[in-house]
Amino acid sequence: MAATTKFELKLGMATREAFGKALVALGKENRDVVVCDADLSKSTFTSLFHNEFPDRFFSCGIAEANMVAIGAGLAYAGKIPFVASFSSFVMNKGFEQLRCAVAYPGVNLKAVGTHSGISIGEDGPSQMSIEETALACSLPGFIVLSPADEVSTMALIRAAGHHVGPVFARTGRMKAPIIYSADQKFEMGKAIQLIDGSDVTIMATGLLVAESIRAQETLAAEGISARVIDFHTIKPLDRDIIRKAAAETGAIVVAEEHLVDGGLGVRIAQVVAETHPCVMEFVGLTGYAESATPEQLLDKYGMLARDVAAAARKVLARKPK
Amino acid sequence: MQQQQKSLDELTVMAKRVRRAIIEMIGAAGSGHPGGSLSAVEVLLTLYFRTMRHDPANPKWKDRDRFILSKGHASPVLYAVMAEAGYCPADKLNTFRKLGSMYQGHPDVRFFPALEASTGSLGEGVSLALGMALAARLDGSPARSYAMLGDGEIQEGQVWEGAMFAGYHKIDNVVAIVDSNRIQLDGFVKDIMEIEPIVDKWRSFGWHVIDVDGHNLAALDAAFQEAAATNGKPTAIIARTIKGKGVSFMENNPKFHGTAPTPDEVKRALQELQ
Repeated sequence: MAATTKFELKLGMATREAFGKALVALGKENRDVVVCDADLSKSTFTSLFHNEFPDRFFSCGIAEANMVAIGAGLAYAGKIPFVASFSSFVMNKGFEQLRCAVAYPGVNLKAVGTHSGISIGEDGPSQMSIEETALACSLPGFIVLSPADEVSTMALIRAAGHHVGPVFARTGRMKAPIIYSADQKFEMGKAIQLIDGSDVTIMATGLLVAESIRAQETLAAEGISARVIDFHTIKPLDRDIIRKAAAETGAIVVAEEHLVDGGLGVRIAQVVAETHPCVMEFVGLTGYAESATPEQLLDKYGMLARDVAAAARKVLARKPK
Repeated sequence: MQQQQKSLDELTVMAKRVRRAIIEMIGAAGSGHPGGSLSAVEVLLTLYFRTMRHDPANPKWKDRDRFILSKGHASPVLYAVMAEAGYCPADKLNTFRKLGSMYQGHPDVRFFPALEASTGSLGEGVSLALGMALAARLDGSPARSYAMLGDGEIQEGQVWEGAMFAGYHKIDNVVAIVDSNRIQLDGFVKDIMEIEPIVDKWRSFGWHVIDVDGHNLAALDAAFQEAAATNGKPTAIIARTIKGKGVSFMENNPKFHGTAPTPDEVKRALQELQ
């Protein structure tokens, strides 16, 4: 019997916008919260913080390496810096500083990337961040967040601000379907089971959470009971929920708008191998995309409910009887 | 209690002791960077015993001035000077680069929490100092930040991102010191990637620039006073130094950028530094 939970997926704000709003709320709560941006504040929505707290906002120009290390200096001196840019720039151009000035000494800096994944659309691959989960997770001590909707973004950015230690969060450009009610509780490192199921588990993050919920509905109509779990935290992984899903459903699909290499899927596969081995399939990217509308790209590069459902059928065919 | 100032005569004596410590540490470790440690001795002594407001008994004092060794490979001079100031045991300096030592190859706050930053990847120190200076500015603190760079190091692009930021934002509680000893790992700076005219470069980024003999304690003392009195601009002090200063066979010798002296060379160097 398939799950009966019915999700009505209404479009909410983009997770980048929710990040901007969460920053303002944090800024009101704690005057040590400061923000650095690299000439993209209108796109990252740190402009909201800038408007509210001009003294605590630092425009770094188009110079991400310096921005990240200035953030580290602010953190060394007791501030709680959020440094933001497009994911592809803050992570790739700031990586060496995130490594040597942040991860290695373990300073209390939060890096937030917006415009993650291919769903940014027309700007094309130079602006599309599809490697940053791999890079962020490679940094010892970092918590890596990947919220799916505005509610989880607001809550997790707040949690990041209260956590002492480095955090990276990836957010998206597109308006994102609302998954959660306003009273949902979130804890970094604790994945959330959205729908129970017994035949297969779909583990998703970011935009793919909504697609996975839709895929579950398709599968339910075919008599397949799929569990759906939102991994809003990619590091540290919720090992218990993974082990339980592997043991109880015996088949796992992981879906993410990121390269399969080094992504959530391979990280989950490690936990599955260590706890309760089972068959797995991966929905993700295998290379660089191109310019087009977000809808066309998500279709062409296999990031839709249809693709998640197909992976679920495939993994079920491989599941030992 | 805040660090007491030392006279220039006292610092002249201390400089010899610090140089001996550098040679002994690197000799005992069998690896390390003597040349750029020896060139920076007077700058660090001036900062720690004349210029900076700091308290070795209370290293996390919120309003302290901060020193960041951006050229982290010169860690021996930092450790030896901090030992003189009382931050760390002088009798353990010879554990440098050995397992579990607080005296890691490059400065590491995990092992030595009184350090202001972990460094070693070149180009980051000015940015770190700027972040600390911004925090002080927000808090209305008198704290100033000092970052020391190598002259080869300023080939790193991030240095100029930071320089541009500081000039534009008029961060006048930051001082960058360039240890201009004219040698980097592969040879003379002019033969690798010339960085002159250094003074013009910093000036064009909006910095007040002081060109000074980096081994002249009185001149350095005056330069840091001038920096502190400079409002509305960051200051860059171009300290003209001699790589390997104080040991005849190391002076101006690119070999001793990153090569430890042999036991015999240690002996000869220590004799020269009596």
